[in-house]
This record gives sequence, C-alpha cells and structure tokens, in this order.
Amino acid sequence: MPLLEVRHLVKHFVRSQGLLRPPSVVRAVDDVSFTIDEGEMFGLVGESGSGKSTTGRCILRLIEPTSGEVLFRGENVLHFTRQRMRMARRDMQIVFQDPYSSLNPRMRVGDIVEEPLVIHDLGSKTERRARVAELFQLVGLEPGHITRYPHEFSGGQRQRIGIARALALNPALIIADEAVSALDVSIQAQVVALLMGLKERLKLTYLFIAHDLRLVEHICGRVAVMYMGKIVELGTAQALFSRPTHPYTKALLSAIPVLDPDGPRQRIELNPASFEREAPLKEIGAHHWAAV
Amino acid sequence: MTEPLLDVQRLTVTFGGPTPAVDDVSFFVLPGETLGLVGESGSGKSVTAFSILRLLQPPGRISDGRVIFEGRDLLALPEREMRAVRGARISLIFQEPMTALNPVMRVGDQIAEALTVHGKATRGDARARAAELLDAVRIPDAARRVRDYPHQLSGGMRQRVMVAIALACRPPLVIADEPTTALDVTIQAQVLELLRELKERYNLALLLITHDFGVIAEMADRVAVMFKGRLVEQGPVREVLRHPAHEYTRSLLAAVPGMR
Repeated sequence: MPLLEVRHLVKHFVRSQGLLRPPSVVRAVDDVSFTIDEGEMFGLVGESGSGKSTTGRCILRLIEPTSGEVLFRGENVLHFTRQRMRMARRDMQIVFQDPYSSLNPRMRVGDIVEEPLVIHDLGSKTERRARVAELFQLVGLEPGHITRYPHEFSGGQRQRIGIARALALNPALIIADEAVSALDVSIQAQVVALLMGLKERLKLTYLFIAHDLRLVEHICGRVAVMYMGKIVELGTAQALFSRPTHPYTKALLSAIPVLDPDGPRQRIELNPASFEREAPLKEIGAHHWAAV
Repeated sequence: MTEPLLDVQRLTVTFGGPTPAVDDVSFFVLPGETLGLVGESGSGKSVTAFSILRLLQPPGRISDGRVIFEGRDLLALPEREMRAVRGARISLIFQEPMTALNPVMRVGDQIAEALTVHGKATRGDARARAAELLDAVRIPDAARRVRDYPHQLSGGMRQRVMVAIALACRPPLVIADEPTTALDVTIQAQVLELLRELKERYNLALLLITHDFGVIAEMADRVAVMFKGRLVEQGPVREVLRHPAHEYTRSLLAAVPGMR
C-alpha cells in the first residue's frame, strides 16, 4: 500500500464578479492523481500558478479540496473529523518556502519548535525541552540557541528551525513546499543535504514541491510535472529528464539555463495548440506517463 | 585594445560597520559586451551597481575608488550632471518589476516619461515612441497595451516594460540587477532571449548581476565573482566555468544542482 494516494483531487476557487456577471472559476487543481510510496522522495514541479502548492495544501486540508480523495495509509483524510484530522497531522507535516514569514518573530525559536508538542499535549515540560534540544541537534543547530529569536538567524538556519518544528511530532510524510527555493545555492545545497540525511535516519517520505527542475532531477526518485492544474507528465526522474514527452515538459526543460556556454541551446517554445488539455495520462514507457 | 566603456577602480563602500560592503573592487565593461557579476545575497553585487549610479542610500557611503564612464569619473560629477547620466547613458533594470513600476501610471506614460525627462522627445512624440518600444520588447498589441496599468500585465510582461523603459534613451550601458530572478523559468528564457536580441541590435553593453551561474553561462562574455564584498575571480566565462581558480567559485559551481 502506498503511504499517500491522491485520487482525482480537484480544487476550484470561485470568485464572485458582482451581481450581474457569473462568478469565475479558477480550476487550480484539476483532477490530479498520484501515489507516493513509503521512503520515497517524490517531486512535484511546475511554474507559478500551476497548482502544485495548492495540491500540497489540499493533502493536509490547509485548503479544503472541492472533490477527490486523499488516502493516507489507506484512509481518506478528507472524511476525517476535525479532531481526527488533528491527529493525522502529526504524521503529515509541511515546511514552507519563506523562512522569514513562517516563523513567529515574537517567539523564541525553542518555543517555536516546542509548540507542536504543546498543542498535541505530548510529554512533560522537561521531556519536551529535552526533545527540542534533540531536534536542534538533529537539524544542525546549536542547542544553546533555543532562547534566541528568529531574526537572530540567517535564512538557512531559519529553514532548519522550520524543519525542526516539522519533525517535532515524528511525522512519516513531509510536504516541502519550495522549502529551499528562497535560499542561496550554497545554503540550499546544505539544507538539501540535511533533508536527504534526515530521510535516511528517520525513514521519512517527502512530497517535494519545487519550481527548480535542476534540483528536483538531482534529488527526487519520481517526478510529476504540473501545468495549469493538471499533471501532464509523471515518471522516474531518470525517464522524465532523459525522455521528456509532453510538449510542456519539453519547453520547461529547454528553458533551464545550462552551465556550458558552448552547450546545445535549443529553446522549445510551448505551443498550446500542440496538445489536448483534457488528454489522460498514458503509459509511454517503463514507469513513465504523459498526457499525450 | 578597446577603451572600456565603464571602468570601476578600487571601489569601496561602507555602511558604517567595521567591514566594507564593497571592498576594493575593480572591473571594467567594454562597449557592447556582457559582464556577469555573480555572487550570493549579501556579497555586495547590488551595492556595487547602486554605487555606480550613485543611488546608494545612507548610511551607505562610497569611501574610495573611481567609476570612470565615457571618460569621466561619475563619483566626481555634480548631481545635476549625474541625473543626465542615469537613464540616458546608463539605465537600470530591477528584479521586481511590480515595485519598480509606478502602479497608478499607465505603462506607456512611464516609458514616455523616461524620454521627456531627458529631453529626448516631446510629449506627443514620446507617446508614439512608447508604443514602438513596447513593440520592440515583443509585447503583442503594443498600441493598445500602452494604456494598461502594471497590474494588468503578467510578471514577464512587466519585466519587458522595464526593459523598454531602460532602453528608451538608447543608453550604451544597461545594468540589470537580477532581471529574471522573480520569473518562472520559461518566462526567464524569453526575457534573456529578448535582452540578447536587443543587445545585438543596439550594441548595448550589459552589466548583468545574478546569483545564477546558469544565466551567466548563457549570457555573459566575461564573469566577475563577488564574495563578501570582494572580487575573488574574474575572467572569460568559459575559462572561469571550466577552470575556476578560486575556492569560492568552485564551491559556488559545485552547489549548482545537477552540476556534474
């Protein structure tokens, strides 16, 4: 059984346009299905507005999906009661992109990391403190710094604080929503190394949401490409990057700057008329699907 | 050898702290060439750009150095003459088109303003030139788009408007500070392509500031690497990418995902 299975997930945002005009509907997530196995690093890529973050948030019900199913260990979390959902969130945590706005500036970082334990009423005060110190060590932060405030840390360190908070409840699944996108490349490399190390040590499963294809190719086992609310291609990173098949994937890959000034540079422009938007995913190779 | 268009000599900028933000930095840009200035946040690359145009905000202060442009030291010019340089001889493209553009002014008027301020056109002519410029930066239906406000345009379109404003007076040098960082990769590719094209057409020199070595590899003739306020390495882009001499350049290249 996969750890996470998303079936026909749909999220429509409806915007009223006044009394006389019909409301407009944005199909942010439009019939998205995929599975993630235990221990996998699954990449969800796409450009802004493709629906990748909305998908991540719908899985945690931070945004209520319009329809579909989200099975976590075989149970549909969309049917959970509030209380049950709160328990489920122990197992599913999210790390956000912006380490500046996602940490409360008026809380000490030790309290930020401890907060999930307090909310779920786990352990005594001393046990929680010990756990926070352990978490700090785990993500490479100085345990002596727990009484400091977020502004005293650099972007990379703040992201480590966000990761420590996400790990506090021993989750099985981490949704990393552009978790390293705002960081400088050298810091990004360190935080990625941390995430990979934690994956092995703690047997974590990741849904890694990102727009940086170079990074995703490097670290994810399987990758799904989203375009305008739909998954247009899905496969092992190896298959998808060596044999991109959907016109959008091809355009996206060809747009990545290459480090070789003499390297081949063939920009492929996306021609929206070259594919059928409603085409279902079709198996086109071993572990490789495309909506063509 | 060709005379440099811009020659920055031993530039030092302090913000009142013990270590200068820009420390003894020297580089030059030849007419028509692209120099990539690469470094991570806080390395001093944007401060360098702002210093060249003398747009530094206090407590930032240029404590030493010279900025020779078209034979004159910009740091020694009276402010009035400096204003004639900004926009007309050297223009600047920012990372965030939404904050750099005036939200309550039609984009055509913003382009026209760049022309009239420098006496390059009368108000009437400027209108027509604005539409031409929007067309030159490949905005479809330019004649109608001049009447749009920035919020009516997509991120990529706004950045094209910024490019149009920067090019309005046909400056010989354009400084682009992370011009595509806020854009999606497909839009970034289009804007870079546009810059390359316009550079050819108008024989522009480009000082391209970025943290992305991929962008440098695609665009630059030469590259200068900044680290903690200092220039640690500079040279032809092929040379630096293939045989990085400085430890920091090597680590920066190694950190680029997918670099093998």
